Amino acid sequence: MDNEQTINYAIKLDIFEGPLDLLLYLIKKNEIDIYNIPIALVTEQYLQYLKMIKALNLDLAGEYLVMASTLIHIKSRMLLPVPEEPEEEEEDPRAELVRQLLEHKTFKEAAANLGERPLLERDVFTRSALLPEEVEKTNTDEEELMEISVFELIEAFHRIVSQIDKKVLMEIDLEKLSLTDIINNIMEQLSVTKSLTFEDLLKGKKDRRRIIYTFLALLELIKLRMIKAYQTSVFGVIRIFPAVES
Amino acid sequence: MENIKAVIEALIFASDAPLSLEKICIILSDVEKQEIKEALEKIVLEYNERQSGIYLQEVAGGFQFRTRPELSPWIKKLKSTKPHSLSPAAMETLAIVAYKQPIVKSEIESIRGVDVGAPLKGLLDKKLIRIVGRKDVPGKPIIYGTTRKFLEVFNLKDLLDLPNLRELKELNQQQEIVEQEIVEKTTEDISNL
Repeated sequence: MDNEQTINYAIKLDIFEGPLDLLLYLIKKNEIDIYNIPIALVTEQYLQYLKMIKALNLDLAGEYLVMASTLIHIKSRMLLPVPEEPEEEEEDPRAELVRQLLEHKTFKEAAANLGERPLLERDVFTRSALLPEEVEKTNTDEEELMEISVFELIEAFHRIVSQIDKKVLMEIDLEKLSLTDIINNIMEQLSVTKSLTFEDLLKGKKDRRRIIYTFLALLELIKLRMIKAYQTSVFGVIRIFPAVES
Repeated sequence: MENIKAVIEALIFASDAPLSLEKICIILSDVEKQEIKEALEKIVLEYNERQSGIYLQEVAGGFQFRTRPELSPWIKKLKSTKPHSLSPAAMETLAIVAYKQPIVKSEIESIRGVDVGAPLKGLLDKKLIRIVGRKDVPGKPIIYGTTRKFLEVFNLKDLLDLPNLRELKELNQQQEIVEQEIVEKTTEDISNL
């Protein structure tokens, strides 16, 4: 019997997605005007809920405690006597909380609306013979280019580093490298071929230092807007073009 | 060309992803864009008129044939796929990202009032949201936005097609006005000093 009750409570409490949600529930339950919240009543009920959560030995998320202190703070501010001739018009202490609650409520409703739409693979279906993963693979063949971010570049860099032979990495390379040389080298290659893939540029240069220098050179060139990096699709081949046709 | 309608219908049918108007225009290079648009509208109408099991939907910037929502019980028996299930936390987080993008984690959390690390990760894994960059403020927080897949899954033409966007915008504007008033008031107060 005892067990059953505990389970019931757990399910009920699970409904609340954080303190704002709990407050919205209390407002709805008490049929309170959200613009005129009786802060004493709400604070009292809110704290009761927290006690219940504690009594059930559930982990009390920090956010709930922050909200509790906010409520108590607002309550104390509302208890302070208002000076008869206020020097400056003071904002209602509840205003910020009301704004937060309204915003939260708006998005809760927006989420519910989204969920009611005819969802793909739930309500509507397409004639998809291919799995989404396969579709992505075929898309890489298309030369439809999209500008990529540094994140994709870093990912490609990781891919190349993970592919290189581990043994080669052990060698100590005393060759002196300079970023300027590599930048010049890339620009020279680009002036000849007009476009290079990111992989092309790094292949054959198997030691880690050279890979890192090349990568740094690319980042520098992109920053200076000397080159542009494009990708055909997510995880596709990254191509580098000179930013200005020479 | 007399049967552009048939050609377009075939193109959309054979395409794996929603087929954009631009792409149809490239393929049918000698047909006017306006003519293609009209043909598309006709196809939409025809499928609706004869109450076909499929309909032409404008989604994620393209056109795609989809089965009618009311027929889903039968399709589900055929496919035996699990429906998309997003937790309330994930749905709410997704809605906030969709309407307020580009947005950083802390902004989402201030609206939801709770940590959103887990739902964000889930949405990233499902490829409904993506990282669009980093904000140029201390800590360089990651900026999130929705993906094409999001539009496809939620049957949306584009982001402007999101329901109730206007209401939300109004809410934002009101907030801005209030913030502006506060700023104005403060500057007044300062100048009065």
